[in-house]
Amino acid sequence: MKKLLVLTTALTSLAFAANADVTVMSWGGAYGEAQTEAHVKPWAAATGNAAVMVDSDNPAPALKAMVEAGNVTVDVASVEYADAVRLCDEGVLEPIDPATVKPGADGTAAVDDFFPGAITECGVATDIWANVFAYDTTKFPEGPKTVADFFDLTKFPGKRGLRKGAKAVLELALLGDGVAPADVYATLGTPEGVDRAFAKLDTIKSEVVWWEAGAQAPQLLADGEVAMTTAYNGRIFGAAVGEGKPFQIVWDGQIYESELYVVPKGAPNKDLAMDFISYATSTEGLRAQASNISYGAPRKSSNIEPIIYKDGKTDMAPHSPTNPANMANSLLTSSDFWVDHDAELNERFQAWLSQ
Amino acid sequence: MAEASTELLTTADGRPLKEALAIAQSRAKRRAFLLVLPLLLFVLLTFLIPIGYMLKRSVEHDGFARSAPALVEWFEANPGFDYANPPEEAYAALVKDLTFMQTEKLTGLSGTRINYTVPGTISLFKAGARAAKDLQAPYKEALLAVDAEWARPALWRGMEAASSKFTTEFYKVGTDNKLGDNGWERGGDKDRIYLYLFFKTFLVSGIITVICLLLAFPVAHLLAVLPMSRSSLLMILVLLPFWTSLLVRTTSWIALLQEQGILNDLLVWLGVVGDDNRIAAMYNMTGTIVAMTHVLLPFMILPLYSVMRVIPPSYARAARSLGATSWTTFRRVYLPQTLPGIAAGSLLVFILAVGYYITPALVGGADGQLISNLISFHMTKSNWSLAAALAAMLLAAILLLYWLYDRLIGIDRLKLG
Repeated sequence: MKKLLVLTTALTSLAFAANADVTVMSWGGAYGEAQTEAHVKPWAAATGNAAVMVDSDNPAPALKAMVEAGNVTVDVASVEYADAVRLCDEGVLEPIDPATVKPGADGTAAVDDFFPGAITECGVATDIWANVFAYDTTKFPEGPKTVADFFDLTKFPGKRGLRKGAKAVLELALLGDGVAPADVYATLGTPEGVDRAFAKLDTIKSEVVWWEAGAQAPQLLADGEVAMTTAYNGRIFGAAVGEGKPFQIVWDGQIYESELYVVPKGAPNKDLAMDFISYATSTEGLRAQASNISYGAPRKSSNIEPIIYKDGKTDMAPHSPTNPANMANSLLTSSDFWVDHDAELNERFQAWLSQ
Repeated sequence: MAEASTELLTTADGRPLKEALAIAQSRAKRRAFLLVLPLLLFVLLTFLIPIGYMLKRSVEHDGFARSAPALVEWFEANPGFDYANPPEEAYAALVKDLTFMQTEKLTGLSGTRINYTVPGTISLFKAGARAAKDLQAPYKEALLAVDAEWARPALWRGMEAASSKFTTEFYKVGTDNKLGDNGWERGGDKDRIYLYLFFKTFLVSGIITVICLLLAFPVAHLLAVLPMSRSSLLMILVLLPFWTSLLVRTTSWIALLQEQGILNDLLVWLGVVGDDNRIAAMYNMTGTIVAMTHVLLPFMILPLYSVMRVIPPSYARAARSLGATSWTTFRRVYLPQTLPGIAAGSLLVFILAVGYYITPALVGGADGQLISNLISFHMTKSNWSLAAALAAMLLAAILLLYWLYDRLIGIDRLKLG
């Protein structure tokens, strides 16, 4: 049976191979590279189709522009959870049949194998990444341990790096102010809660260096411009393990969310795109990505065996947002909340910045 | 008249000269037109159509109008209804539309449209649409039981305004107004941002233009009066940064000016400032102005240079020989002749500075944010209409300046090279 399946897959792919050229759009950098190594190249080798990776600063607006202009050149794109939900609502994405998502290697049905919410109407999760904060161990021998320490300028003096934007910053402020993760969005949904978050940010405002591009955060830390900074955990991992920088991530108060593969409406090779997603989000496909970059694999069967980094020796578990020890005090980003309030809170944030 | 018609001038082959001339001229004109046609098409395709499309976007959004046909009809039939207490028929139409949105997958689109003016409505629409098909009359109580938010007067005002395809609402949002329960009102102190940023953008651009002019004027003069061999070497120094990537130049400034950067290290080593007292020249307005001035300086030097090069030195000499002091010579003779270059350079630098985006984003820190950064934010967060309205306001301001410039200096005096 299995042999037959392989044979028919090979035959159908041969039939398509002549003109198929699946284009995958991702974020470039270490992340795009990880997906190229883990998904694009092996899928092309396994099916005989040509597949290319293209980079984008953020694939979501690019997809919307393509679909609106009626000139879609991308088959698969990697987008943030909130964007996947929003674009799906706006009719920019193809719905994905959950039946095409492969069951786990141990036979568990995909719906049970994936983490809750990882399979949405129009997307399948590829990894879970986190907003964390990190510090330079040479600056603080006895480093910060909790999210409250990030806001403690007396115990840990020095500049703070923060991303210039409302999302994940307001949540961090409330977590730092002692709000339990479960109550963060309920609090932020009230005007008093928003005031409370900004009041907490006020306590460190004079010491903040704002960053905008993901690569800036580890750079600020390396230059000694800040004593600690928020960052995407993969960037700190890259600097710490990849380049041997003395950076330490504090997982307390991490704010995580997932990244999904989606297919835009009118994709030139829709069927192959679905096949690509099915391949990439299999147990092995997700393991392969997680061994290339320190973002968590969003299905249980991928995490049973330890995942080893591509250097062949580093165990990924302590560096992954999904490691149970790292999730003790963690918050899942609410895409519903941000879809509703992104513009409003960002206006408020910009006004606060310029005061 | 009569003589003219009898003695008609003809060409050698007997055709009337006027006619032959007209044919020849129209042929030349056609050829000329064909030659500029590619440029015209290029300008049309890459400039006029996108700008026109953007302007249209800023006043048009049919996301709600086409998702809620029943409500559109009801709003048309009942202008000026009581927003605080819409009647049962309105709720019936709303529930009908919510059911329609759910089946046609238009919930996100219509919710997003209303969310632009009444924040928090996307999830409201989603939850409402999911529940709609099971709701029974009386619809008002049924829908309010799903979520009491549906009774908000601001929401009904928003829906009524959005039921028309064309709207000025995005301009209202772009000028810091908020849709409240009592209609449009000025936003609170904590939320006003756009007008302030417009003002700041123009102020910063003005400062940068003035600094550029002060720095570029002597350099351009030197370039113009030096012998060719030495001036071309200097010209390369001016152009070298021009050929370097914008990002490289911006990050170089970060490396130079940040608190642990080269300049501060040097000053600390020299003992000018203390180690815990380093100068904060990056991630603030100073950093923005320094980096942007550097990036835009060549745009000032080049037009100035091209004007100064052709000013005959004999004029200044004549002025001096007639007894003018050097200051008077400069002020009365030299400076007026450089005016077209000053005007061109200033206009160029100012307009480029107004739209600048990457540099303030990278080195601006908290107070280096300009209006283009917010336009970009709304572009990436899919509120293209608000981004378009802000961009249109920026465009209008620039055109106004351009008109003023034309009135005061005259556009025909502009000299770019």
